[in-house]
Amino acid sequence: MNALELSGNIAVLGYGLAAIGPGVGVGLIFAAVISGTARQPEAQSKLQSIAWIGFGVTEVLAIIGIALAFVFRT
Amino acid sequence: MIAGVSTEFNPPGPEDFQLPPIIPGVDWFTKPVLVAGLSVVLIVWFFYGASRKSAIVPSKLQFAGELGYNFVRNSIARDAIGSQDYMKFVPYLCGLFFFILLNNVAATIPLVQFPTFSHIGWAYSAAILSWVIYNGVGIRKHGLLGYLKLQTMPAGVPLWLLPLMIPIEFISNIVVRPISLSLRLFANMFAGHILLLVFVLGGEYLLLHAGSIALSGVGVITLLMGLAIAGLELFVQCIQAYIFVVLSAQYIGGALADEH
Repeated sequence: MNALELSGNIAVLGYGLAAIGPGVGVGLIFAAVISGTARQPEAQSKLQSIAWIGFGVTEVLAIIGIALAFVFRT
Repeated sequence: MIAGVSTEFNPPGPEDFQLPPIIPGVDWFTKPVLVAGLSVVLIVWFFYGASRKSAIVPSKLQFAGELGYNFVRNSIARDAIGSQDYMKFVPYLCGLFFFILLNNVAATIPLVQFPTFSHIGWAYSAAILSWVIYNGVGIRKHGLLGYLKLQTMPAGVPLWLLPLMIPIEFISNIVVRPISLSLRLFANMFAGHILLLVFVLGGEYLLLHAGSIALSGVGVITLLMGLAIAGLELFVQCIQAYIFVVLSAQYIGGALADEH
């Protein structure tokens, strides 16, 4: 018996790699919102609504990754 | 453990989204269609009830309705489109927001528990509607050439860069927007549902079929994690409805913007 037997598809691994970039990007967005709110608490609502738009645009990269992981899974 | 009972774990996949028709023989009438229809009835009932007896001192229902309507009107439509001509688009954005919100949250409501937008056709049609609207109002305001110039030639770009910028801007503003809009909503709902299935089915398998006490303990933890994931998903569902509508409003606002 093999000590380590892996089965599955490498597309899933590729999705894991593809999620790194958007993960960092989303983190940067909310880091900026947090420090912006700390500097100027009254601007919080405005910063947040901009942040959600940026979040959506960044996140779509990871989302395309998960869609392609299923496309190339065959 | 009992030998011979099938102990293979089948991970969930896209097959789990192929639901059988509710009435046998009527192929198109599946759970997403039912949920979407019910959500439309619920929204119409809610807003009709909230606005039927408008009073200066609002009832609870009217208060809730106004709260939701004001949220879409002030913090989505007015901020994104601008205070000049945002009122025209508030009915569309409001209906879109509550339709997507209800259909997403349906994935968390017990017994329903299926996100309509995890079937990509629904997401496509919602995105195409937004695409037609923002292009339509842009062309009506600026004319076809003026609108294309607005969308493909950003102000302040040097002349020699234009051959590069025009195709990029055309693809990103006209071609990719509906795709990313629909894919974002679809894949979030799809991935969220699969995540829940992984935790619940995996937890059940570890608890009952894995065959050792230690793994059963892990199964209990997995099921508890599944509950936490369900909470996270509820948050994601609300956020996705918000993002879809905010981006639609942004695109409309961008198409209506005056040239600088």
